[in-house]
Amino acid sequence: MKILVCITNVPDTTAKISFTDNDTRLNKAGVQFIIGPYDDYALARGVELKEQLGGTLTVLHVGEADAEPQIRKALAIGADDAIRVNADPQDSYFVAAQIAHIAGQASYDLILMGRESIDYNSGVVHGLVGEMLGIPSYSPVMKLDLDGSTATITREIDGGKEVLKAPLPLVLGCQEPIAEWKIPNMRGIMTARTKPLNVVEPVSVDDMTVPQRYKLPAPKGACKIIPASEAETLIRLLQTEAKVL
Amino acid sequence: MSVLIYVELDNGSIKKTSLEAVAYGAKVAEKTGGQAVVLALGKADASELEKAGAYGAAKVLHAANARLEHENSLAYADALVQAAAQEGSKVIILSKSGLGDAMAARAAAKLKAGIVSGVTALPETDGGFKVTRAIFTGKAFATTEIKSDIKVLVVRKNAIEIDEAALGSGSVALEAFQPTLRDSDFTASVVSVEKADSELSLTEAEIIVSGGRGMKGPEHWQPLIDLAKALGAATGCSKPVSDLDWRPHHEHIGQTGIKVAPNLYIACGISGAIQHLAGVNGSKCIVVINKDPEAPFFKAADYGIVGDVFEILPKLTEAAKSLK
Repeated sequence: MKILVCITNVPDTTAKISFTDNDTRLNKAGVQFIIGPYDDYALARGVELKEQLGGTLTVLHVGEADAEPQIRKALAIGADDAIRVNADPQDSYFVAAQIAHIAGQASYDLILMGRESIDYNSGVVHGLVGEMLGIPSYSPVMKLDLDGSTATITREIDGGKEVLKAPLPLVLGCQEPIAEWKIPNMRGIMTARTKPLNVVEPVSVDDMTVPQRYKLPAPKGACKIIPASEAETLIRLLQTEAKVL
Repeated sequence: MSVLIYVELDNGSIKKTSLEAVAYGAKVAEKTGGQAVVLALGKADASELEKAGAYGAAKVLHAANARLEHENSLAYADALVQAAAQEGSKVIILSKSGLGDAMAARAAAKLKAGIVSGVTALPETDGGFKVTRAIFTGKAFATTEIKSDIKVLVVRKNAIEIDEAALGSGSVALEAFQPTLRDSDFTASVVSVEKADSELSLTEAEIIVSGGRGMKGPEHWQPLIDLAKALGAATGCSKPVSDLDWRPHHEHIGQTGIKVAPNLYIACGISGAIQHLAGVNGSKCIVVINKDPEAPFFKAADYGIVGDVFEILPKLTEAAKSLK
């Protein structure tokens, strides 16, 4: 079993977001970066499958050198080796093209990633990669089991879930509860230092989309508190004042 | 030149978020010249498809092929690309959902088109084609220029204001569409589909009543369900509630669950962890009911009641019933 897990390097969920350079770049000062939470689920399931079935797990990140602590963490969790495509990606298409290029050079049975990143929230990279490689892609995957070269996938759909059987290779966008997040142990942290982390330069891709500027939402007004004894007046306010009923 | 809008179907009807996408597409067509063409795949009633006319569509392409009745993002993306080629579409629009993102991505790769997902407003077309989308789970917005010849947009709910009362009966041409289907798009077999019967979809709902650990257990959910029924609302829950199996996973709203954008979100016994707020910050109006006056959710709310949810919910339900 040959597994590729793609991870993002994103500001922590609780990070205060601000922009710099005339609102054209994320202000990284004081921001803690983490592996994307959805990617953590993909990585955890990838490690479980590798341990269960044997084979190799490569972790891939498209980004700059400041992501290397997160890549090392993925190695500590159980990836065998890592590839970093040395770039400052500006859009999903670019990221997908890099992943497809790397994946196209090896025959991976499974390409796993999070259903979306928590910075740009597009949720389209798995679909782009699948199409670029000419293989099926499914998301969001809540459960994944393998039997030989067939995957049984439980996917969340609107108001429920769907179970599919599909032949490998596949690209999957993952979410909970596909696996429990894994915390690296001391042995994993020590061995991660010696595992290969290969840095490669990106392939050239036409600019499809170019970010122009960023902005923060308008500040929220104060919350109007209604006394519990007059709770029923809330319904009238929602109808007459907020006009949402 | 045309704008092509894909509409998702639910039991033969066009989903509300897709009708919003049609209205959005019609406005884009006005800005860029050309007409708004709708694509529907699978079983649909003609009377339902004609609704797209009221939202600004000039034409509806309908592929009623039995193989397309079950959701299949691979085959649907193929059909979408074929429809775009037939209509000479330069802008392709889908509504934000798991299916919308999957189709849009595969179509964009086939067409070598720029793709922007999570669009929150109409494009700026004076000098280039720029769209604004939500990023950092609603904590910020990005304006992005799409440089490719063909553009694929995935549009969030409420990206355009629609005055339902002002909608006309716009006439629309219905046209049968027969895409070429590839067997390679049908390699997966569907083992089972579980869907909650007659349950309002969280992504479609205008009103959501949601519960957290303050509801004290699954056996205490009835007052929340009663309020939801009285308001015609969908029900949701926080992550801890879903983790504890008090409510099904598909009701989990938050950063790692479903992100919602209703007109009204009522949070009952939810403290408002930042991960939960990330899933609801697209709501127009947020109401928080919590006995803890220091609950962080109050800072993000428009209206709040500090008190016991089990005393407050029945009062709200009675008041909601008297609205009708």
